[in-house]
Amino acid sequence: MGDVFVLAEHLRGELREVTFEMLNKGLKMTEDVGGELYAILLGHQVSHLAEQLKGWAHKVLLVDDPQLENFNSEPYQVVLSHLIKHRRPSLILIGHTSFGMDLAPNLAVELGFPLITDCIELRWEPAGLQATRQIYGGKINAQVSARESDGYLATVRVGSFSAEQGVRLTGEIETIASPLAEEIKYKRFIQYIEAAIAEVDITQAEIIVAVGRGIGEQENIAMVQELADALGGVVACSRPIVDKKWLPKERQVGTSGKTVKPKIYIALGISGAFQHVAGIKGAGTIIAINKDPKAPIFSVADYGIVDDLFKVIPVLKEKVEALKS
Amino acid sequence: MDIIVCVKRVPETAEVDLAIERDEKDIVKKDLVFDINEWDNYAMEEAVRIKENIGGTVTAVTLGEEDSRETLRRCLAMGADRAMILADPALQGSDAYATALALHQAIKKERYDLILTGVQASDDGYAQVGGILAEMLGIPHVTMVTKVDIQGKLAKVRRELEGGLEEELEVELPALFTIQTGINEPRYVSIMGIRKARGKEIRELMVKDLELTEDEVGQKGSQIHLEKVFLPPVEKEAEIIQGDPSQISERLLEIIKEKGGVI
Ligand SMILES: Cc1cc2nc3c(=O)[nH]c(=O)nc-3n(C[C@H](O)[C@H](O)[C@H](O)COP(=O)(O)OP(=O)(O)OC[C@H]3O[C@@H](n4cnc5c(N)ncnc54)[C@H](O)[C@@H]3O)c2cc1C
Ligand SMILES: Nc1ncnc2c1ncn2[C@@H]1O[C@H](COP(=O)(O)O)[C@@H](O)[C@H]1O
Repeated sequence: MGDVFVLAEHLRGELREVTFEMLNKGLKMTEDVGGELYAILLGHQVSHLAEQLKGWAHKVLLVDDPQLENFNSEPYQVVLSHLIKHRRPSLILIGHTSFGMDLAPNLAVELGFPLITDCIELRWEPAGLQATRQIYGGKINAQVSARESDGYLATVRVGSFSAEQGVRLTGEIETIASPLAEEIKYKRFIQYIEAAIAEVDITQAEIIVAVGRGIGEQENIAMVQELADALGGVVACSRPIVDKKWLPKERQVGTSGKTVKPKIYIALGISGAFQHVAGIKGAGTIIAINKDPKAPIFSVADYGIVDDLFKVIPVLKEKVEALKS
Repeated sequence: MDIIVCVKRVPETAEVDLAIERDEKDIVKKDLVFDINEWDNYAMEEAVRIKENIGGTVTAVTLGEEDSRETLRRCLAMGADRAMILADPALQGSDAYATALALHQAIKKERYDLILTGVQASDDGYAQVGGILAEMLGIPHVTMVTKVDIQGKLAKVRRELEGGLEEELEVELPALFTIQTGINEPRYVSIMGIRKARGKEIRELMVKDLELTEDEVGQKGSQIHLEKVFLPPVEKEAEIIQGDPSQISERLLEIIKEKGGVI
């Protein structure tokens, strides 16, 4: 009772940060009810990752199989449900990432466990698991509880918990024979497709002026480009701008785009969804212009302007240009 | 190729200063504008394009209140051939699991080679219904799909990972894909088009038609219960710059200079 499983997420030989965030949170959750923390590592030839995880959990369960080499929810689900049915943890934590979102709902149905997705906080209540998650694009928080069950699944939003190590644990590695008997049947990994090489590398820019859906029309981007030019910076954007093909993918900031670290990031008409904000954690100063005073971007910005961007930008541009001439 | 698309009607909230109902169970919705969930619009477009390329049928299905008929009419105007609505009052308040269960009961009797959903609904943002539905139907699934290429009984798809990286997979049909935004450019749907679609029939399914009991759906059938909603606590307060555009710009210039902007 009370054991917590954390599914280690790794890509091309490296553990992802969310793994450590979940291990830290998982440890607290076991302390609350007196269980053990397990890091679950599935892969092929990943013993170096198992070594790394030892200091973070009471136990590392390692399953090595060539079919687990690249993440594929089909064999992953078979192995995980096997482990869970045998060890009966009370809680399984999985990242709310491309990897976790492909796996968790199906696994929950197979196990008959309630699943709470995209959690930013988790706690044990007498009746079971309770979580905080965000709805309406991060504008509202919801406190939810799962029905009573022997086991629960939760996916955890990246960046919700610290990845800094507190106490160093001395877990041992237990290697478990792969339960995968047959070949993966339905879903075959073919290849990774790399992002196209960028003409403008926004990851190196010191000043970024970023536009979101609030820019309204494609023509309006020209005005922002002029401002960026005057400031000696580059134009970047949120996802909807790329989806509409107004700017190329290489300009997109966020989880499915680029992570940037400019000295100054100016966000124009961007609401501040977590997938966007995750890409600007390393920015020095964040300035946001948005006409909605409750836009989530204002809780990450250093300076905020609650106004119509079309009123401010032309004036700002003129002033920058005047200063330079 | 027979395709079923799951669509949800959601409020547009990006530009609205949201308020919370007194019972703390929901946001105040009475003045909000509703439309098809953004991800589902891309899924609908993808379905119609596949049909236009290789033939077949497209069926749109939704679970929601009576108003959701409007969303289905929009789908019919986009090119869906048929539509189904699950508007039984007993279904209201369903979480992702109960929603997927009801959709499963409606879909399992239909003919399909492909089922499309959105990656997530913009209101609750569970990103669960697609996966649960695929598991219940016992068919393979791929989430966050950015490209679909049907090759007979197989589909070659691209799925989005993080940081611009994607992967290519081959999947056996029938399968379920959750569609990511940007996969295509959804066509424009005119008011006239939606009006014309009024003639097309929308099939209505009640809980008993789904062979479910009222205990299996709605809040009773849900795995997750909403305790309350609240405004996110402000962790870090941005310094708000006030004034007319000229004053704001002056202050911004100062900040940009101070923070190392190259002026
Ligand atoms: C798996 C996944 C991955 C994703 N990856 C990314 C990613 O990498 N990057 C990313 O950005 N998104 C990503 N998203 C999408 C993300 O969830 C949001 O949908 C998106 O970030 C919203 O973009 P936005 O802020 O430009 O638009 P909206 O949320 O529509 O916000 C527009 C904002 O503009 C403001 N506004 C409108 N007009 C004006 C005006 N005249 N003046 C001032 N303000 C105005 C509005 O108040 C509003 O706040 C991803 C989603 C998923 C599911
Ligand atoms: N009430 C509903 N009716 C029909 N489809 C739905 C409904 N809720 C969710 N879906 C589908 O499931 C996807 C993911 O939703 P969710 O898991 O709620 O984030 C949506 O994009 C829709 O395609």
